[in-house]
Amino acid sequence: MPDTFTFLMDGRSVVATAGQSILEAAEAGGIYVPRLCHKPGLVPWGACRICTVRMNDRPCAACTQPAVPGSVVENDTEELRAYRRTLVEMLFVEGNHFCMLCEKSGNCELQALAYRLGVTAPRAPYFFQARDIDASHPDIILDRNRCIQCARCIRTSKDLDGKNVFGFLGRGTAKRIGVNARVRLRDTEVDLTDLSLDACPVGALLRKREGFRVPVGDRLYDLEPIGSDIERNSP
Amino acid sequence: MTATSESRSPSVDPTLEEVVETIDRHGNERTSLMHVLRDIQERHRCVSPGAQSLVAEVMGIPRVEVEGFVSFYSFLSEEPWGDIVIRVCDDVPDRMRGFERVLSAFREAVGVEVGRTSADGITLTTTASIGLSDQAPAALVNDVPVTELSTDKVHRIVEALRSHRDPKKLVTLLGDGNNAHPLVRSMVKNNLMHPGPLIFSPVSRGQAIRRATRVSPAEVIRQVKAARLRGRGGAGFPTGMKWEFTRASLGERKFVICNADEGEPGTFKDRVILTERPDRVFSGMTVAGYAIGAQEGIVYLRAEYQYLRAYLEAVLAQRRSDGLLGRDIVGRPGFHFDIRIQMGAGAYVCGEETALIRSCEGRAGEPLNRPPFPAEHGFLGCPTSVNNVETYCCIAKILEEGAAAFNEYGTPESAGTKVLSISGDCLKPGIYEVAFGITLHTMLEMCGAEDARAVQVGGPSGSLVGPTDFHRRICFNDLPTGGSMIVFGPDRDLLSVVYAFAEFFADESCGYCTPCRVGTQLILRYLERLRAGRAEASDIEELRRTARTMKTTSRCGLGSTACNPVLTSMERFPELYAPVDDHPDAYRRSFDLPRAVAEAERLSGRTSRGEHVEQGYHA
Ligand SMILES: Cc1cc2nc3c(=O)[nH]c(=O)nc-3n(C[C@H](O)[C@H](O)[C@H](O)COP(=O)(O)O)c2cc1C
Ligand code: SF4
Ligand code: FES
Repeated sequence: MPDTFTFLMDGRSVVATAGQSILEAAEAGGIYVPRLCHKPGLVPWGACRICTVRMNDRPCAACTQPAVPGSVVENDTEELRAYRRTLVEMLFVEGNHFCMLCEKSGNCELQALAYRLGVTAPRAPYFFQARDIDASHPDIILDRNRCIQCARCIRTSKDLDGKNVFGFLGRGTAKRIGVNARVRLRDTEVDLTDLSLDACPVGALLRKREGFRVPVGDRLYDLEPIGSDIERNSP
Repeated sequence: MTATSESRSPSVDPTLEEVVETIDRHGNERTSLMHVLRDIQERHRCVSPGAQSLVAEVMGIPRVEVEGFVSFYSFLSEEPWGDIVIRVCDDVPDRMRGFERVLSAFREAVGVEVGRTSADGITLTTTASIGLSDQAPAALVNDVPVTELSTDKVHRIVEALRSHRDPKKLVTLLGDGNNAHPLVRSMVKNNLMHPGPLIFSPVSRGQAIRRATRVSPAEVIRQVKAARLRGRGGAGFPTGMKWEFTRASLGERKFVICNADEGEPGTFKDRVILTERPDRVFSGMTVAGYAIGAQEGIVYLRAEYQYLRAYLEAVLAQRRSDGLLGRDIVGRPGFHFDIRIQMGAGAYVCGEETALIRSCEGRAGEPLNRPPFPAEHGFLGCPTSVNNVETYCCIAKILEEGAAAFNEYGTPESAGTKVLSISGDCLKPGIYEVAFGITLHTMLEMCGAEDARAVQVGGPSGSLVGPTDFHRRICFNDLPTGGSMIVFGPDRDLLSVVYAFAEFFADESCGYCTPCRVGTQLILRYLERLRAGRAEASDIEELRRTARTMKTTSRCGLGSTACNPVLTSMERFPELYAPVDDHPDAYRRSFDLPRAVAEAERLSGRTSRGEHVEQGYHA
């Protein structure tokens, strides 16, 4: 495989380097592929499936699929937008997301993605699952009601902080974030300087007493839709 | 859970010395984690939070990962179970043959609800397919399978357990063939209704390996390709090609893995193959080792087949002493290969090859992203070839008798035979080894089910077909199957079958990706509405949308096939999905008012009045 090559995304030619994922290559070329579990600097995870594209007609996750020279990739099509809306709805009904009461509102990637994709009220029934909150730590809160199982905290702690503060427990819809202690977050090796505390796309893992520093209305996605920063780089 | 009597069982927490001793016995490596935790579970009836901390500390694994492991596998538990655990199989063939009655009998006899433990230490629970669909209803008592259960038999079993507390003593009549072997001693039957010419033919031990080692590894692969062998585990990938990739991948160490997880509801053929032809399976694995240049083989054996383990270990030991495993095999200098058994612990997803590899590595069985494929980057990052039990038998047979003899059976795209596990509404459930290409009609005639209303081909992850499809052929390019064939008679309620499969997938989703984790749950909720006669046209549309999203966006084959029961039944039996008529007053029929207010009624301690509540809006 040549070191750099091109592929076609929605009719636009995109330059990629060998080993680069479809999502990263598109992003470098100013094309936004919607995503939730992906975060630059972390190993691609492929869990939320929001980034699903079609490469040569075959569906795949753009965050984990390496770009292929000369391939034809569909990204912003009605079919894929519909799947993405369904996936976002799934996350909303599975967890307990009350945006109007959530301090992450306006900075929340799930909420912002719902707006961008045009998801209003989910059509699917809510699960209303009982989920635990861990407020044991004096400066950190872990509210599993809002967790979307993206593993960004787990990966950041492991790969960037060199720790193992978080991990998954259980399976299926009982899958949940656990902490590296017998019971509580305050008994783990977590520090306030840990990057993992800033990895959460939603309001599940937060520093206490910081949520309202920026008033609602002035927050990241109050100002422009999610993905706008990437699209600004468009050549 | 009720506490069990302390006199009978040791405390729930192991001591540090004991944990150290257990870990030393298995080797202090991450790959030993499963066996370490299974031992602790067995001795202490749980892997307690304290035990998790000790294992984490001694093995140098983050505690949260040990806890994640324990909470992932259904045969491990943090809460103590009784020293006897009864797992009643709730798979569809069992439900068709009286599972409900049998479960009630167990509840009555043990005196507890499902999920509970009696005061004298008997835990009662249900479990997914245990590979005994042809002798359903069945259950596992610890490791011991008990089959063809009736309510009387259940009462006798529980009474006997209470008197001697030894599940092994429940076996009075031994099954046929090697089920009666002293190391198996099981009541399980083979029900080998139609042994075919390849898999179940007599084995001449060592012949396949001798033939293979007479030629080059490349030539062995060429022969496997010439036989046009495709994997028997379900996906049907050409075996020769997989081996070629694995052989070509660079690596000091390579691995051959045999997938004996057999978790697809309704399959039990690998159990019978392992019981009757283990030598052929191990021969096939050894040939694979020679062909791809691997020295280490692993059989991933599902927890439900623990009762076969001692016997399989003995067969391996015999092969070692006969020079068919170990160093310089069949006297060929430099050809070393050995096989060990890796146990599973109750997780269907671990049949998926990358999840299986993770499980072998001492991790929760979550599938991996591909690429890279196991052929390049598999167990411990080394090139690995995973094949099904039956596939290895085919390999051995191809080497024993040549590609041409193998090709005599089957069709051009689907060469050879297929071992079917037939269960459900038929006169002769059991094992049928048939040439690829036979029609469903022929199969139904063979097993005595000419009046079938439908057949679930390939288990729940396959497709539900009706009489208009009975002329179709069992083969890779028409009706593919990993072996599971569940027959439904004229009076079966197919919607409850679809629902049961949906429950299975919801329980077994690993939970990693959104569409499968949430979609399997949503399907259940829509089907509940449908079964209650409350599904509106929009609910059916949502059900279809959910299923299609799962199909296209799921990360692994579990999620992308978990929607098949719904999608295939919608296509072939659309009458099952008739919505209720719209209410003339535009009330939502899907809204169940009495149910919606039930919780509030309970909390407030009074019932709601008014006709609209008592009857629901849709009355
Ligand atoms: C959810 C899931 C469960 C599976 N379970 C099994 C199994 O129990 N046994 C098996 O041989 N293959 C199973 N497979 C297929 C394996 O991933 C793999 O394709 C197979 O073991 C390869 O062997 P083969 O080429 O010889 O068929 C499963 C796949 C999925 C997606
Ligand atoms: S489809 Fe997704 S959630 Fe389901 S088993 Fe595979 S990876 Fe896990
Ligand atoms: S961003 Fe690709 S799967 Fe989540």
